[in-house]
This record gives sequence, C-alpha cells and structure tokens, in this order.
Amino acid sequence: MSKNNVGVDIPDSILNQYDYKPYAGTKLGNPVSQRVAPTVRAQFGENKVVDSIADVVKAEVKDGMTISFHHHLREGDQVFNEVMQVIIDQGIKDLTLAPSSLTNVMNDMVVKAIKAGTITHITSSGMRGSLGDAVSHGALKTPVIFRSHGGRARAIETGKIKIDVAFLGVPNADEEGNANGMTGDAVFGSLGYALMDAKYANKVVLLTDNIVAYPNTPASINQTQVDYVVKVDQVGDPDKIGSGATRFTKDPKELKIAEEVNEVITHSPYFKNGFSFQTGSGGAALAVTRYLRQSMLDKGIKASFALGGITKPTTDLLAEGLVNKVMDVQDFDKGAADSMHTNPAQQEIDASWYADPYNKGAMVDKLDVVILSALQIDTDFNVNVLTGSDGVIRGAVGGHQDAATAKLTIISAPLVRGRLATIVPKMTSITTPGESIDVVATEIGIAINPKRQDLIDALSHIPGVPVYTIQELAAKAEAIVGKPKEIEYTDRPVALVEYRDGSLIDVINQVKD
Amino acid sequence: MAETEERLRRTMMFVPGNNPAMLKDAGIYGADSIMFDLEDAVSLQEKDAARDLVYEALKTVDYGTAEKVVRVNGVDTPFYKDDVRAMVKAGIDVIRLPKTETADMIKELVDDVAAAETEFGREEGSTHVMAAIESAKGVINANEIAAASDRMIGIALSAEDYTTDMKTHRYPDGRELEYARNVILHAARAAGIAAFDTVFTNLDDEAGLIRETKFIHQLGYDGKSVINPRQIPVINAVYAPTKAEVQNAQQVIAAIDEAHEKGSGVISLNGQMVDRPVALRAQRVMNLAKASHLVDEEGNYVEE
Repeated sequence: MSKNNVGVDIPDSILNQYDYKPYAGTKLGNPVSQRVAPTVRAQFGENKVVDSIADVVKAEVKDGMTISFHHHLREGDQVFNEVMQVIIDQGIKDLTLAPSSLTNVMNDMVVKAIKAGTITHITSSGMRGSLGDAVSHGALKTPVIFRSHGGRARAIETGKIKIDVAFLGVPNADEEGNANGMTGDAVFGSLGYALMDAKYANKVVLLTDNIVAYPNTPASINQTQVDYVVKVDQVGDPDKIGSGATRFTKDPKELKIAEEVNEVITHSPYFKNGFSFQTGSGGAALAVTRYLRQSMLDKGIKASFALGGITKPTTDLLAEGLVNKVMDVQDFDKGAADSMHTNPAQQEIDASWYADPYNKGAMVDKLDVVILSALQIDTDFNVNVLTGSDGVIRGAVGGHQDAATAKLTIISAPLVRGRLATIVPKMTSITTPGESIDVVATEIGIAINPKRQDLIDALSHIPGVPVYTIQELAAKAEAIVGKPKEIEYTDRPVALVEYRDGSLIDVINQVKD
Repeated sequence: MAETEERLRRTMMFVPGNNPAMLKDAGIYGADSIMFDLEDAVSLQEKDAARDLVYEALKTVDYGTAEKVVRVNGVDTPFYKDDVRAMVKAGIDVIRLPKTETADMIKELVDDVAAAETEFGREEGSTHVMAAIESAKGVINANEIAAASDRMIGIALSAEDYTTDMKTHRYPDGRELEYARNVILHAARAAGIAAFDTVFTNLDDEAGLIRETKFIHQLGYDGKSVINPRQIPVINAVYAPTKAEVQNAQQVIAAIDEAHEKGSGVISLNGQMVDRPVALRAQRVMNLAKASHLVDEEGNYVEE
C-alpha cells in the first residue's frame, strides 16, 4: 500500500500493474516529456469522400486498436451509435474506447459493445447512467481510466493514449476534410476536444451531413490531418446538441448560492481590471455570470478573458465589451456557438492549449477565478465529481482538476441535495485535490480553505455571507440528513482516477450489490 | 411585548407545510419571519401529514434568527385544535389565525394556546399570536382584534379573500384595499403591534412589487407577506434606509450617548431637541441599516 497526497491508500499491485505513481501534489515543477507523432499515409488530391461507414471500418479498424470520438454533439450525437453498431456488426474485438467524454445518448451502445467483447478498455472524462452503473458493477475486466480534459491532451501528446482511428462528427466539411463546428444543421461551435484527435490519431475519419465547396474556411480541422470524409444522413439532433436558448434559473436556492459566489469574487483581490474567469454551465454558474455582469458595470471593471466551456451569457459579456476575449474549448448552447462564428474575439482553442499540464503553457495557468461544481466535498476540501453517494460512477472529471489550479477556485454546491449531504467527512471518491480548492459556497454560507489566510482576511466580513469552517458545514449537513451507512465495495478496481499530470489520485472499486 | 417591539418584520415568507424541500431551505433566504402554512396550501387529505412534517422541521431545522410563525387551520375546522397543540409543543414563536373576524376568536385561540403550554410544559406566555384579516367583518372589528390579547404581535391583511368578500378583485393600483390597509394599520399602531401587508402575487412583475412595497412602506407598514424567496431582497431594498438617513441616525445616537455621559437630561443636535420619537426613529433606522448590511455590527457605514 502507498498513501498518496490526498490520503488514499493505493495497492502497490495497481501502481505496478498499470505503471502509476501516487498523486504527490498540485505543484508539478517543469516536467520534460517527449511528444509523439501519428503515422501518415500520403494522399494527393484523391476524393476522400465515401458513403459507407462499413467500408471505412472494414479497411481501418482491427482487433485490439484504440478508437476515439468527441462529445461536442452531447445528447444530440448520432455519430457514435451509428459507428459503434457497424463495428460490433463486423465482429471486431478487444478495442480501447478513448473518447473525449461519453454522453448519455451513447450509454446503451457502449454497454452493448462491452457485452459483445468489442470494447474491453475505456478511457474517458466521465460516464453516467446505465454505462456508469454497468462499469461500477464490474462489466469491464480492466479498470476505466478517467482523465481530465487537460489530462487527456497530455496523455495523447505523450503517447499514453495512442489513437488508431478517430471518428469525428462535424456539421460541415469539404471533400478533402477541411471542417469547422460553426455552420450547418448540427452546429456546436468550438471543436476544442476533437482537435487533439485530428492532430494525433493515425487515421482521421470525418463524418458529416453537409459537404460544402472546397476549400472550406475557416478550417478548424484541415485536410492535412484527414483520411476520410463520410457522408451520413444526420450527425446530430440540433435540439439536443445545446441547451437551446439559455434560461436563467428561477430556483431561489441556486440564485442565493450564485449571489454568494459573486460576493466572494467581487470581494477577492482578483476582481480588478484585466481579471480572467471561467464558469460552468449549471444553473447557478449561469446566474453568477448575471450577477458578475452587474458588478462589473457598477465598478467599471472589465475582464481580459473568459475561458473554457462557453455559454451565451458569457458571449453576451463579450458583445457588451465587458470581456475582451473568449477562449473557447466548447460551447454549451447555440448562442455561444453562433457567437464564435460571428465574433473574431472568440478564439477556438484545443484541449492542450486550454489545460494540458505538460505543454509549454496552458491557459488555465493564467486563470484568476473559476467557479466549479461538486457532487461531494470533504472536510479537506477535496472534491468528487465522478461518483454518486452510492459509490456508482455518474459524472465526469471534465476540466475540473485543470481549472481548479486557478488563483481563486470557488466550488458552488448546495449543502444538501434532497436527503444527501454534499459536504461530508468522507467521499465516495476523490477527483480534485483540496489543495487547489479555495472557497466552498453553499446556500447557508461559505467555507474558506485554511491554507488561504489571505482569502480568510479578504472574505470574512462580507455582509450577509457567513463564514463557517468546512467541518461546521459538514456538521450542519449531517444534522439535516443524518449519518448515512457506509457504502460497501469489493476489492476489485473498476476505475482509476488520474490527476491531470497522470499520477493516480484515486481508485474506484466495484460496489457490492 | 417589549421584546417584540424592535423586531424587524419586513418580510413574512409563506412556506407550504407539505413541502419537505421548502421546509428544509426556508431559513436561508433572510426572511424576517417564516410562516409555515397548514391551511390553504395543504389539501384536506394531507392535513395530518403536513402538521407532522412542520412539527419535525421545527424540531430539526435551524431557522436562525427568523421568527417562526405557523398558519393553523381555522377555528371552525376539525384540524384547528390539533394544529395548535402540535405547534405549541414544537415551540413555535407565533400562531397566525386565519379569517379572524372578532376579538373573541383571538381570545379562544389564546385560551387554547395557554392550555397547550401547560399540557406540554412550555413557558406560560411564550407563544405569541397574530390575526389575519380576510373579510369586511374582520376589518370593521380590527381595533378590538388587535387589542384582544397581550400575546398579539401583529395583524395582517389577506387581500385575496377580502376582495372577494368585498365583491371586487385586486387591481394593479390597489385602490380597492385603501380602506382596509389604513384601518388595519391604525388598529396595529394603536395596539402597539406589527402590521403586515398582503402578498403580491405576480412573481414576474418586479416593478409592480416595488411600487406596492414603496406605497405600504410610505403608509407605515412593518412589511409584507411574500410567496417566493425572490421577493425578499426586493422588499428589503425598499425598506433599506438612505445613506443620509443612516448618518442622521448615527448623529442622533451619538448625541444621546454624549448627553448620557454628561448626565444631561436635555439632548440636542444641531440646535434641535432630540425627543423620544426622534430617538426611536433613529434606533429603527439603525436596525434597518444593520439588517440591510449598510452598517457593520458597530454601526459604522460600510463603504462599497
């Protein structure tokens, strides 16, 4: 057994078998690594357009390979299921599935592919629903590897993930494979995560329902990277790709938390001209953007950039001149995707530029303020965004570990959800180390990481924002919902959770039935 | 009643007694008073369950410094007696009687409350009561109702039932409520208790809420009933004193303190005498300023 830096006991057998070092801290130094390069089969202007997914799969996908997809089409994705069904039908076995993430619409197909022996290994940002349930109950022989978006970029660049064939759905492409995410029926904006696959996969297969005149610009993915362009009927359901018109929450509890988060930001030393921020896509995060806008107007403060997954409220700030640049790795709604098309100050960035800890500098390094969510938070400020209170996988690392390295990391979460405590003495798994978490904001008040005396000084006297210790918040939660029975696990690991540098922060075991 | 006199009652938030999630979170929105509703919000078949739920919530959840009020079912219902007994047992601060029409109804409630205090070993007189006026008869008898008992802390106008009784309905300008609002306010002031204005039901009309709150604030109401937490900051903003009012109040209090130190009986500020009403108003402004986070605990103005 080796204890890592967040106190998790990791069996040496796991460290040896899967070649891991225990997580040692958020300070990474200046690691030196070797980038890998894909193999390239030269082409000279032949038509890359094919009609049949089956032909491409037959030619390129072999037993034991690693295949990848992106999740920019979210719950509207129609590429993944179509391609996987073909692969299953061709009887291909023992594949490693290495998508940027897995959305609910893919769950049943992945479960089916696991049962068929088609998929035997998975690495992803996360998983939910029936797939998370199946994996947590031991559906795979080898553990899933969960990586953050930055961690996946690192793993791809350093060859830990070696993608043989990438299947990438795009809303437009020309016959040679110049493509972007900004026009067409299945528009989703930034191709940020898919750009890694386009750059590093040995074979890149674009799937589109919209072949446009050559040359297609602006080209986010370009023809130098693409082997095939497959014409399909529909890459995605536009109604399910984004959340449509973004509506602000009316939930008074979310509004209360959002208001509190805004108080924390505006009373912090980072709220000054030229500051930078990242918010998520949840109801409270969207509401924070609204409060933050008013504070920026009141104080005459403008931001240098907004980063990460982008929503319309953020692109509205850009249009209003309150934010100078939007650095966009993915878009959560159509408004944000459209803005990327029309506003040159909204820059598409890939996952490496966004968050990779092993490149020559990622944007998260320059981030002042980030608002993140949590399924659970423990009394050392560690955060779990992967497993539910029942120990079952039902979440995603996303950019959580990466963005949490910001100068001010605020976790916005209700003290309790239904009859479950959010702040607990011991979580079902650790995703992001408490060392990188600065403030937890709940509906009853905030807790400040005791390591941040400067923030304790700055935030302890905000009118209407009570400050508690994280232990006090945990006790208050327990007083409401009681003490839950401990979850029982078997000894068998079903998932390994990497920190962004590739060290092992936690091991998720199979739950006992 | 001295201890209730200074309590701020800008907002009294209605919380349905049959909604566990709302009962659990009712304390977080900064309502001055929280009113757990066992009456209109709860259907007949849920009356017992809601009573049990509110009882457990009162025993379990920390509602901070908020005043805890329960609206029991009317005296003419089979639920009334059990409601009163359970809520007194739970240690409720105030029992609100709906559809109050006579002082005798309050006296009957007070007798039932006193009996329950004895039955459950609660301190005698620790449970207060208030009346909701919902009919023409209630308005006519408002003076006697307000003065019916030492346990009375307030009187509220409930405009939905009242306007129906008056053969009208609510209008945006509120002129149909003019008489009732003034009668109830005078009854409250004459009896030395609080006056609560009725709810503003259109949640999407914030401008209308601000307009109506400014009006009842001008009349002299302590505050307003609210049906959604989102209305609380809007109402509090109307009740927040101006910076000039706060500074004036600070000067008045400083002059009082100075006079006390000197042992002087006559207090003056800028050549004007500071008499009791001026002193009381200054104290109220400072209480509001503290609650509005305009001044810190020591009473210093917080510069944003």
